[in-house]
Amino acid sequence: MIVAGCDVGSLTAKAVILGDDRVLAVRIGKVKSRPEISAREIMEEALKDAGLRMKDIECSIGTGYGGKQVPFAGEAVSEIACHARGALWLLPSVRTVIDIGGQDCKVMKLDRDGRIVRFATNDKCAAGTGRFMEVMARVLNVGLDELGDLSGRAKKQLNLASTCTVWAQAEVIQKINEGERVEDIGGAVNNAMANRIVILANTVGVENDVCMTGGVSKNKGVVKGLERLLDIRVKKLRLDPQAVGALGAAVIAGERRKGGGEQ
Amino acid sequence: MIVAGCDIGSLTAKAVIFKDGEMLSSHLMKVRSRPDEAAVEVMNEALSKANLTLKDVVYSVGTGYGRKRIPFADETFSEIVCHGKGAHWVLPSVRTVIDVGGQDAKAIRLDAGGNVVKYEYNDKCASGTGRFLEIMADALEIELEEMGDLSLKSDAPVRISSQCVVFAETEVISLVNGGKEIRDVVSGLHKAMAGRIASLVRGIGMLEKEVMMAGGVAKNKGIRSAMEDVLGVELAAVKCDPQLNGAIGAALLAGEAAGKKQPAG
Repeated sequence: MIVAGCDVGSLTAKAVILGDDRVLAVRIGKVKSRPEISAREIMEEALKDAGLRMKDIECSIGTGYGGKQVPFAGEAVSEIACHARGALWLLPSVRTVIDIGGQDCKVMKLDRDGRIVRFATNDKCAAGTGRFMEVMARVLNVGLDELGDLSGRAKKQLNLASTCTVWAQAEVIQKINEGERVEDIGGAVNNAMANRIVILANTVGVENDVCMTGGVSKNKGVVKGLERLLDIRVKKLRLDPQAVGALGAAVIAGERRKGGGEQ
Repeated sequence: MIVAGCDIGSLTAKAVIFKDGEMLSSHLMKVRSRPDEAAVEVMNEALSKANLTLKDVVYSVGTGYGRKRIPFADETFSEIVCHGKGAHWVLPSVRTVIDVGGQDAKAIRLDAGGNVVKYEYNDKCASGTGRFLEIMADALEIELEEMGDLSLKSDAPVRISSQCVVFAETEVISLVNGGKEIRDVVSGLHKAMAGRIASLVRGIGMLEKEVMMAGGVAKNKGIRSAMEDVLGVELAAVKCDPQLNGAIGAALLAGEAAGKKQPAG
C-alpha cells in the first residue's frame, strides 16, 4: 500500500512516501510562489526518488500552513496531529514532541497510547520560532545552518535580556558594535531561543522521551540549551526532523486507507 | 527661581526650563549617540533659548530611559511619575494619560490632584510602541511623519492579522504586493496598534474625563483617530507638544524639590 504526506510550511515544503509502512522517499525543498505549486513540485520529486507516479498513491494527506491547498491530498490534517503521529511512528516511547517551525512553535504531550493529551502553541510572537533565528542569523551575517555551531565555539557567556525579536535584534547589533565575538553572540541567541521554548514547554509539562521536529531542531546550540534547561535528553530521530510532519501525514493517510486510526 | 526637566528617551532627548511655575523654553532633539552627550546638548539648547546657562538652574530632574546618564540632574524620577505630573499641569482635568514612546507604551490613571493611581506598562514587546510604526514606515518606504495624514485619506482600512512586529512586517509587504493601497494598509496598522495600546488602557480602568495622549506617537493623527475609535472617547487637545510631557513633569518635580530646599521669596 502506497501512501503519502505533504507538509507545506511557511518556508519549506516536505513530502514523504510510505510503502507498506516503510519510508520510500523523503523530500524537503523551499516553498514556491503558491502552496499548491510547492506541494506538487515536492511530491513529484519524492515520487521520482521512489520510482512511482502520482496515480500509484492510494491516499495522501496534506498538513502545515498550506495543508489545505495541497491539490492531490484527500484531506488536510492539523500539524499538531501530524507531528505527534510522525514522532510516535519513529519513536514509540515518545511522550513530548517539541516542533519549531519557521513561524511557530508547538509542544505536544502524548499519553502511553500516543494520544495527544495536551499541547501548547505559539504563532503570535516571532520569539521562539524559526523567524527569530532567521532575523538573528541575518544580523550576525551567518547562515541559518551555521548558527547552531556557534554555541560550541563560544568562549564567553553573553545574555540577551529581551524576549521580543525586535529588541533582541537591537541588542545583538549593540553587542557586535561593542566588539563581542560572533560565536559568543550566537551562543546567546541560541540560549535565548531555548529559554523561550522552555516557557512554552513548561505549560504542558515535559516528560521523557522527548524529541524535536522542525528545522530549528537541527540547531545544536538550541538543542543543547533545551537539554540543559529542561534537564532532559532529546532523542535523535532516524529521519530528517523537518520531514516528521509530512511523515505523520503519510502515516495517517495509511490509517485512513485501512479505515481506522482516528487521530 | 529657575528649574529644569530633562527626559532622555530611546530616540529623542527633551529639556524644558521653568521659572516660578511657568515654562520659559524647551528643546527637543534626536539622540544621536550617547545619552549623556544628548542630555547636555538638549539642556544647553533649551537654556540658550531663554538666555540662561546651567549655572542659573537651581534644581534639575531627569527622567526617561536614559535618566541615569544625565550628568547635571540633581535627582531622577520614573517616567510614570513625570508623565502624570506633566499631564496634570498641561490639562488639570486629565485622568487618563496614554504615553507612547519610541520603545514603550504606558497608560496612567491620575486622581484629581494629578497623583498616579494606577498604571500599565509595556516595554517587553515592540508591538504597540513607536518602534512598530518605525519598522512599518521602513517596510512601506514612507516617512514616519507622513503616516498619520496618509491613513486619514483611507476609506477602506485593511485588517492586519499579525500582532507581532516581525510577522506584521511580512504581512504588510505581501498586502502591498497583493495590490492594497498604502493608505489603507497604514490605516489598518494604526487600528492594530491602537488595539494593542487600548489593552493597556483597559488594564488601568480608563476614566473618560479627560483622556490625553503623550509621547511622539501622539503627534500621529491616524493613531489619535484610531485610539478614539477603539476607546470610544475623544482625546483632549493639549496646549503644548505632547512629546515634552515627561520633561515638563520632571521640571515641575524640580520646582517642588527646589521649593523645599530654599523656600521661594
